[in-house]
Amino acid sequence: MRPGQFIGRGVFFVHHCPVGEKAKPMPQNVFAPWTDPQAKPLIRFENVTKRFGDFTAVDDLSVDIYEREFFALLGPSGCGKTTMMRMLAGFETPTSGTIMLDGKDISPVPPNKRSVNMMFQSYALFPHLTVYDNIAFGLKRDKLPAEQIDARVKEMLRLVQIERFAQRKPDQISGGQRQRVALARSLAKAPKLLLLDEPLSALDKKLRQDTQFELMDIQEKTGTTFVIVTHDQEEAMTVASRVAVMNFGKLIQVDTPTQIYEAPNSAYVADFIGDVNIIEGNATVDGERVLISWAEGQPDIIGTPAQPVAPGRVSFVIRPEKIAISSEKPTDRRNAVHGKVLDIAYLGNMSTYHVEMPDGTVIKATAANQRRRDSLPYTWEDPVWLSWTDTAGVVLAE
Amino acid sequence: MNLRRTSLIAVPYFWLGCLFLIPFLIVFKISLSDAALSIPPYTPKLELSEGWAGVRDMFSQFDFENFEFLATDDLYWKSYLSSVQIALISTFMCLLVGFPMAYGMARAPQVWQPTLMLMVILPFWTSFLIRVYSLIGILSQEGMLNQFLTWIGVISEPLTILNTNIAVYIGIVYTYLPFMILPIYATLIKLDGSLLEAAEDLGCSRTEAFWRITVPLSKAGIIAGCFLVFIPALGEFVIPSLLGGSETLMIGKVLYEEFFSNRDWPVASAVAVILLLILIVPIVLYQRNEQRLIEAEQ
Ligand SMILES: Nc1ncnc2c1ncn2[C@@H]1O[C@H](COP(=O)(O)OP(=O)(O)O)[C@@H](O)[C@H]1O
Ligand SMILES: [Mg+2]
Repeated sequence: MRPGQFIGRGVFFVHHCPVGEKAKPMPQNVFAPWTDPQAKPLIRFENVTKRFGDFTAVDDLSVDIYEREFFALLGPSGCGKTTMMRMLAGFETPTSGTIMLDGKDISPVPPNKRSVNMMFQSYALFPHLTVYDNIAFGLKRDKLPAEQIDARVKEMLRLVQIERFAQRKPDQISGGQRQRVALARSLAKAPKLLLLDEPLSALDKKLRQDTQFELMDIQEKTGTTFVIVTHDQEEAMTVASRVAVMNFGKLIQVDTPTQIYEAPNSAYVADFIGDVNIIEGNATVDGERVLISWAEGQPDIIGTPAQPVAPGRVSFVIRPEKIAISSEKPTDRRNAVHGKVLDIAYLGNMSTYHVEMPDGTVIKATAANQRRRDSLPYTWEDPVWLSWTDTAGVVLAE
Repeated sequence: MNLRRTSLIAVPYFWLGCLFLIPFLIVFKISLSDAALSIPPYTPKLELSEGWAGVRDMFSQFDFENFEFLATDDLYWKSYLSSVQIALISTFMCLLVGFPMAYGMARAPQVWQPTLMLMVILPFWTSFLIRVYSLIGILSQEGMLNQFLTWIGVISEPLTILNTNIAVYIGIVYTYLPFMILPIYATLIKLDGSLLEAAEDLGCSRTEAFWRITVPLSKAGIIAGCFLVFIPALGEFVIPSLLGGSETLMIGKVLYEEFFSNRDWPVASAVAVILLLILIVPIVLYQRNEQRLIEAEQ
């Protein structure tokens, strides 16, 4: 793990910590072409729908992806992520709508003529060719001069650090090495756009985390636009400049990792990314703030919505790590509720306390474990106070 | 552990010994003997009653006369050569017909595959002889094929197919086609479709992807299919004698005549031994080559 690695596009992450509070202030030249109305997207999906029989895998989807972006598609299995990639690569044609690459409709272009390369979920390395020949495969199809191919293959081998295995066959190297070969092979032709379909899903956690950083380094070095599919939210948050949360063939929210985490636009996104408390209630608007009555005999929750909300049913969404736990009633925070500890999930570096309110609602709060386990500050059945500031949570209209 | 491994290996060797090595040694022994008017029709015979001296006596009478005889009469080497030629050409034709069929089967929708497979092996449910006889009915001058071709107006005179080498080719290809299709199908069905997509993604056209990915990856099936067709076709006897003509020269026919018409068991055995050598040499060469490739990779 490399804590506090600078990723270059203007987001400063502390790896493996909840992204939220640790995100440092943005450096000067922020990479955010999606905020620039003049910027031309590299890829544009315009009302793209893909049906298989009467099943709609991708549903009227529109999105712009910009050059040099590291764009992550995040969603549960079967939500249409691979289908989106396959339409970009040219293996599926949209049922309706257009996909533009560099401003041109790519539907008439066959896969072998697109400057898009794909790293397959299964790697799809050619078993009868050596690592070297696998990487050279695409270059040879371009009929480049032999020295040029050789130079490029060696460069790729160096980039992904597999020079030693150049003459091995794919079944003579480990899973992690195979994944590097697949990456090198798809990068060799210097595509405008690289598609990565769950590239790291076959790796164990430690290797996966290391590789995520390598992917970012490589993306930075080559300047290629990456679209990565994943169902691992932590992975999406780590590598991506923007994350698109997908469900049932639709994009629910497309935003930077910080925004996705801190300002989810729906309970679905909030629930999908990380741990969250969702409290439903009735809102009354009080200037900037919103008062949410959520349970008999409990004080209203005071929240500050990002967008103005109309009075009525709302969901109040708050991350467990934004809630402080104490034995005395705190005085410095607007929201404080009293309850008793129902359950404790010990995670090593921190613990999640499940606190039951008098009305039966359970609210989760995490606290760092500053002491050893046998001296946790609270235990089962302890009465405790939970508190948070009025900007800690998100208010979402139903 | 070691004992277990040894006994595991011992089973196939035992099998090979019983079903191949011992019969071969018997045939080889007969090929070194001389023809005689007796039962069985060769000499020397092993006189076990004379004990060790009998064995030595038998060995002293062995010679390679029969093999020398095969070399002097050009009927034999011409038959071998013609057999090899017919077997090679039929193997190639089987491949030409069989590969597209196997490819089509492997690409067919999943629900169709058991049916297609059944259709390929269905002919085995009828006796081989009956199928060859029915080919006579189809290929003869007044046969169905000629009638059909005349009827659609492709030909005005009936073609002479039966009793020519062409009929032999048709017979062999028809009979051995499943042996070509099945191993190729088995390798093609295992072929990961994403490899072809990857090849296309990297700039191959569909045809190029076929030659660069599908064909090399089905090599094992192609080679197995070719051996499965070539080996029995080389020694084929029924098809050339029923469908072939007087000019069709195949070693299987010669072998049959030496054994049953001439009752010259030693010469017939010598013919069989040489036939076996012709078959073993390419197999051994192929195996050695594979072995070397595997070792080179490690
Ligand atoms: N070729 C196909 N024919 C029929 N259904 C398909 C096909 N490809 C994908 N689907 C369906 O489309 C849905 C989305 O699939 P996919 O894009 O692979 O999801 P994922 O997000 O897991 O990658 C799935 O329910 C899948 O069953
Ligand atoms: Mg998928």
